[in-house]
Amino acid sequence: MNFRVIYGLVLRYTYLYRRSVPRLIEMIYWPVMDLLVWGFLTVYLRDIYSGPAGAVTFLIGAMIFWDVFFRAQQGVTISFLEDVWSRNILNIFVAPVRLREFLAATYLVGLFKVTVIVVVLSLLSIVLYHFNLFSIGICLVPFFANLILMGWGMGMVTTALILRYGQSVEALAWAIPFLIQPLAAVFYPLSKLPPWLQPVSWCIPATHVFEGMRAVMYDGRFPLDHLLWAVGLNLVWYAVECWFFVRMFEVAREKGFLAKFGSR
Amino acid sequence: MPPVIDIQHLNKNFGTVVAIRDLSFQVGEGEIVGLLGANGAGKTTAISILLGLVTPTSGLVRVFGRDIARDRVEILQQVNFSSAYTSLPSNLQVWENLMVFARLYGVPRPAEKIRELLAFLEIDNLQKRICGELSSGESARVNLCKAFLNDPRLLLLDEPTASLDPDIADKVRKFLRQVQQQRGMTMLYTSHNMRDVEEICDRVLFMQKGRIFAEGSPREIMEKFQEKSLEEVFIRVARSGDLEDAEGAGK
Repeated sequence: MNFRVIYGLVLRYTYLYRRSVPRLIEMIYWPVMDLLVWGFLTVYLRDIYSGPAGAVTFLIGAMIFWDVFFRAQQGVTISFLEDVWSRNILNIFVAPVRLREFLAATYLVGLFKVTVIVVVLSLLSIVLYHFNLFSIGICLVPFFANLILMGWGMGMVTTALILRYGQSVEALAWAIPFLIQPLAAVFYPLSKLPPWLQPVSWCIPATHVFEGMRAVMYDGRFPLDHLLWAVGLNLVWYAVECWFFVRMFEVAREKGFLAKFGSR
Repeated sequence: MPPVIDIQHLNKNFGTVVAIRDLSFQVGEGEIVGLLGANGAGKTTAISILLGLVTPTSGLVRVFGRDIARDRVEILQQVNFSSAYTSLPSNLQVWENLMVFARLYGVPRPAEKIRELLAFLEIDNLQKRICGELSSGESARVNLCKAFLNDPRLLLLDEPTASLDPDIADKVRKFLRQVQQQRGMTMLYTSHNMRDVEEICDRVLFMQKGRIFAEGSPREIMEKFQEKSLEEVFIRVARSGDLEDAEGAGK
């Protein structure tokens, strides 16, 4: 792993975002819009619901947690697509750049986006809805770490599919995370899914994070079991996703797709 | 000293399509070699294999005596590539783009190197310009600037003068010759502009249907085919459709 190369790639994305106001705005625009919708829905539900407050306000937490995963995934895939759109991807892959260095740079871009969004959303949710994300306590760190790792892995999968099937499937960059959303029990407990679907949902690391988050907010217990499941599943999935990415990259080289990317 | 490029019995199939067929050639240190052929002859595939972008079906590909499949990153550290068909990110300044690639190639004192190259290519006035706003001639020179950042031992050029006006194309050719003479750089050059090839290349490899069917200096090739220019040779080969026919016509 050459840190100079990673720095060079991160520098490229830094210049890109520094030079593009629309990109900077877009980075926080959608999460803030989501927060407003879910926040006011939460306010409304709190008014008509007589149960414990945590049973409703978790919606805001769930929305922020979801964005942590989604932005980590987007950090990987959109960084790759930025180079495809600007016909620069060949220049990157004919430079002495290893795949793991390229991925590490996109991970850092994802981490930067997540940090910005968490800061903005948590401040806004305190001011607008008196919801303090940090009241979740120390669990927040492993929860976020798991969502970020899952986001990176999912980013590799979407990037691998674009590498293999070309730009015509680039919509997958946005579609695949939302395929997971209903299964990962983001905004409702897992028990509300049909029984036959629940085993599938348990295999997703994010499900354990969202169930764990609800456990903290409902009754304040530390959800060690969910955290251990999330970590274990993440490690297994991440290994599979790395293999899949490398395999698709090799297929793209065998079939000549990589050479055609962004040229002519 | 091993040849800079050593390709032996290289084959590449894309499904049922044979792109490269038992291709063998070598390029020595300091040579400028032109890789010619009609569209689909296999030139771009050969260059892509040399850059590690495409994996060969079979055969041996060595650059600086090292296997490209095994030592890709170490080889690419001493190689660079410029093509009329790729571009640097259009939303970044020239300086920013060059700085990014200087970091990727590990160029020592990158700012100094970039300034030196911009001055050498007479485009130091462009450093604060956004790449997307450059003319094609300016873009070509910025691409060349990127290609020289790491003082490559081997430079692969894919139609570097395509879309350039004759004046700029002439300047680029002179620049390439000058750099080659000063630094002894090895170049593999593809072009559809036969004037480029006649003027720059020490040796020409004519490809058709994935293999080399004629090799020699531009003059030797013209003599072999009894034509007055490489362009006429190129047209005859492209129209013959079959290399035996073209060779026969050459005899």
